[in-house]
Amino acid sequence: MLTARIIPCLDIDEGQVVKGVRFRNLIPVGDPVSLARYYYLSGADEIIFLDIGASVKSRKVMLEIVEKISSQIFIPLTVGGGIRDLEDIRNLLLAGADKVSLCTAALQHPGLIKEAADRFGSQCIVLSIDAARVGSGWEAFSYGGSTPTGVDAVKWAKEAEKLGAGEILLNSIDRDGTQTGYDLELLRAVSEAVNIPVIASGGGGTLEHIYQALMEGQADAVLLASGLHFGRLTIQQVKDFLRQKGVSIR
Amino acid sequence: MIGLLDYGAGNLRSISQAFTYLGFKTRLISSPDEIKRISRLVIPGVGSFGPAIIQLRKRNLKPLIDEWISSSHPLLGICLGLQLLTEGSEESPEEKGLAVFEGKCKKLTAKKVPQIGWNRVQLIKEDQIFQGLPEPVFFYFVHSYSLMNISSSTIAITEYGQAFSSVLRQANIYACQFHPEKSGEAGLLFLKNWVEKC
Repeated sequence: MLTARIIPCLDIDEGQVVKGVRFRNLIPVGDPVSLARYYYLSGADEIIFLDIGASVKSRKVMLEIVEKISSQIFIPLTVGGGIRDLEDIRNLLLAGADKVSLCTAALQHPGLIKEAADRFGSQCIVLSIDAARVGSGWEAFSYGGSTPTGVDAVKWAKEAEKLGAGEILLNSIDRDGTQTGYDLELLRAVSEAVNIPVIASGGGGTLEHIYQALMEGQADAVLLASGLHFGRLTIQQVKDFLRQKGVSIR
Repeated sequence: MIGLLDYGAGNLRSISQAFTYLGFKTRLISSPDEIKRISRLVIPGVGSFGPAIIQLRKRNLKPLIDEWISSSHPLLGICLGLQLLTEGSEESPEEKGLAVFEGKCKKLTAKKVPQIGWNRVQLIKEDQIFQGLPEPVFFYFVHSYSLMNISSSTIAITEYGQAFSSVLRQANIYACQFHPEKSGEAGLLFLKNWVEKC
């Protein structure tokens, strides 16, 4: 039986790990290589890096960071943020990323998911959906959660699976950085709609929140950022708690 | 020197980096004459069974592997590398495998395929490649097909929908369905044991 994965997420702006609330008010929290190595040794099952600067300079620094990290961390590395085309994906994979996460570019050109999956394999294509509650459903947003697209988040997840995405990284814009718990309804709606792993993101603040995301939300993995970076939670603590609750954990 | 078979099936960077981190030297092997300089061979790989076998033939690497196997030099097949060492795969029924291990690979039967994530590897035979690993031990898997046959060569199994052979050994030939190079400290120890003890 597969174990639930605990995935630290490092938002990176020009080489520094930063963290904001509801995608805003970024504050620096440390050096990506040493933080990633620390999480690796503490039992992280995977690590995700999001380049939120997405400027030319930020992109270049990101490649250097991925190269450095992949020579000393031996768990899967996912990199996202500002990826536009197959060439960007290829460069990241060659630098040592195992997976890339696509968001805005895939919304603008869904065919990119298929092209990328055909060329590099579904296993390395993660579709990231930034979703916010609109009316009775959820809408996918582009450009770091700033731009509505009119696309229904659950339908988008299903379409992405058909196009060849290997996993869905599901971020709740409403909950990002708030520590008030994951959007469980959103999680469940997407998890029930697709047959690929769903990673819960946005809102995890307590051990109970994480447990809820895996149980009620039916997520396969949880992404953690603020809670870990600011020391409110440790990976060991999360894993011990989940194990006690009977969740299969590495 | 460890040779990493380069037949166009994916990125060899992570496996090469794991060996480098452990202090072992590697080189890429993409043509038959390069094999004289190595003492161990790894068949890595992600991708599909059929195209991989075709690439091995095109690059004239198939006879090289056959000879390597018959002279019982140490070999490790990883992921698709394991599948290539079986008799064949449902994924590409028209192509034959290298047939070191009994049976053909079949598509996983669980709800979510591919299997992506950490799963338990249950040792069913003692072997030096497992020396020092914790119990229970978990490794990182990414695959849609696997060898459901549990034969006399199977030394560990994993459950996903049903049980499959996750580590096999036939004399000097080892194969694992998971990615040791992505399985943290347990994966590094598995690779280190293979080099130093197998």
